[in-house]
Amino acid sequence: MSLATPLLLIEGLTRYFGALSALDAVSLKIAPRERRAIIGPNGAGKTTLFNLITGHLAPSAGRIRFDGDPITGLPPHAVARRGISRSFQRTNLFPKLGVLENLRLAAAADGRGSYDLFGSIERYRPPLDRARAVAEAVGLLGRLDEVAGRLSYGEQRQLEVGVALATSPKLLLLDEPTAGMSPEETQRMTRMLEGLPREVTLLIIEHDMDVVSSLADRVTVLHYVEVLAEGTFDEVKADPRVYEVYLGGAG
Amino acid sequence: MIVRLLGVSALVAAAAVFPAVAGAYPVKLLQEILIWGVFAMSLDLLLGYAGMVSFGHSAFFGIGGYVAALALKQSPHLLSALVLPALAAALAALVIGFFSIRVSGVYFIMLTLAFSQMFYAYAFQVAWLGAEDGIIGVPRPRLLGLDLASATVFHLYLVALIGLAALVLWRVVRSPFGHVLRGIQENEGRMEAVGYPVNRYKLLAFVIAGIVAGVAGSLYTQFVGSITPDAFFWTTSGEALLMVIIGGTGTLWGAVLGAAAFILLQSLVSSYTERWMLILGLTFVLFVLFAPGGIVGALSGRVGRRA
Repeated sequence: MSLATPLLLIEGLTRYFGALSALDAVSLKIAPRERRAIIGPNGAGKTTLFNLITGHLAPSAGRIRFDGDPITGLPPHAVARRGISRSFQRTNLFPKLGVLENLRLAAAADGRGSYDLFGSIERYRPPLDRARAVAEAVGLLGRLDEVAGRLSYGEQRQLEVGVALATSPKLLLLDEPTAGMSPEETQRMTRMLEGLPREVTLLIIEHDMDVVSSLADRVTVLHYVEVLAEGTFDEVKADPRVYEVYLGGAG
Repeated sequence: MIVRLLGVSALVAAAAVFPAVAGAYPVKLLQEILIWGVFAMSLDLLLGYAGMVSFGHSAFFGIGGYVAALALKQSPHLLSALVLPALAAALAALVIGFFSIRVSGVYFIMLTLAFSQMFYAYAFQVAWLGAEDGIIGVPRPRLLGLDLASATVFHLYLVALIGLAALVLWRVVRSPFGHVLRGIQENEGRMEAVGYPVNRYKLLAFVIAGIVAGVAGSLYTQFVGSITPDAFFWTTSGEALLMVIIGGTGTLWGAVLGAAAFILLQSLVSSYTERWMLILGLTFVLFVLFAPGGIVGALSGRVGRRA
């Protein structure tokens, strides 16, 4: 793959709910190793964009290519197997299972052994090792045996990102990873995301501008279901239209 | 682990030697409990591990029972007693499961119920299955030179097979596949999102549960010596559901305890009053309200706490 080939290429992506447009002709190019933030007011279509990429929604029009292959219309599990993983805005874990098992299930999703009817999970080392490594990366190594539902809110958000990360994705979509977090928790999450290996390309929806400025190489601004602006954080911040519709209002 | 293994071995041994110390009626009750226990365990694989509330599990019990009856009348051997009933149940589960797992919740309940009632209606009407009288006078098979017509041999055969079925299910729920099922029960959407083709795992679970239910149905035919359309009726599915819930879902052995409670209560109360169903219903209500974890939950001290 040449450097010019984007990891994710979105062309004219459109989604209607009835007559209501949730996303209108959005095009996006994410380079390998890039860290891109998507910002925009509520209802701009950010989560809809994620749902379309991951196959949770079917587009009304437009194309999505990942790693050079078309993935438009694939079901979520097939998209995930290609190497796109996501975390959810509303925590979406296995609440009665332990932290390690939450991560191990995600790490074992590539199929090897998951149809084994009589073996034991200890026989499959790579998912277990991966789960432990991810637990360390998201700061939950000391909580491996705790049941996910009993973690603090901040820890659950860490695990939410961890489950997405455990599948070893090439592209990680994070939907407001710091939503509802305290400033300290937000800082910890930001440091954790900064520490992720560069091989994992990031596409992150975020409202916290400190998080965006410290994390993102480039920023895309969605407004009223369309792309309003795109550039580095400073370029976008200096754009008077962006200031007017979003940053000004948020301040 | 060792303690549990010893405990289970002791239970199996106790069940095996039970006829030496008990009369014919208690032995019959034990055999009935064991057969229904395995049937209920197979339902628990769906209900308690994969989170699939099937209300049509009688379809596989009935198919196993009828195929065994037809085949044993032709040739009373291993093939007829176990292999053909299991294969037929697997095939039926594959077809019914293929359509049913596409929907969830109440629609899954209704679809599985509808499939099983179709079998009931068919078996009730066609002459080649004996219509409403079913198939009677089914001989017990001869296996490896053993004649199962002998009460002792038949009892050991039942205990061995049921122990084997329980062992298989016990391994399955602890396997990587079993862990996938638990993940699906906990959060199907997230399993899909991390890359599991969820429907394939659900279908496989449905087929495994169907096979074990088919074997239970076949054993039931061999136990009674006949099979009637009632095996397919929705009350057969309903009773298995009650057993699993009374015993405690997601534990396997809870299903056996539930079967024991159900059958003992039925036999005990029905000797005093015709209204045993009323007593049973009341027991069920009390369990759901005050011991939602079932007998197993109550034993492990979760009484009064809602799951």
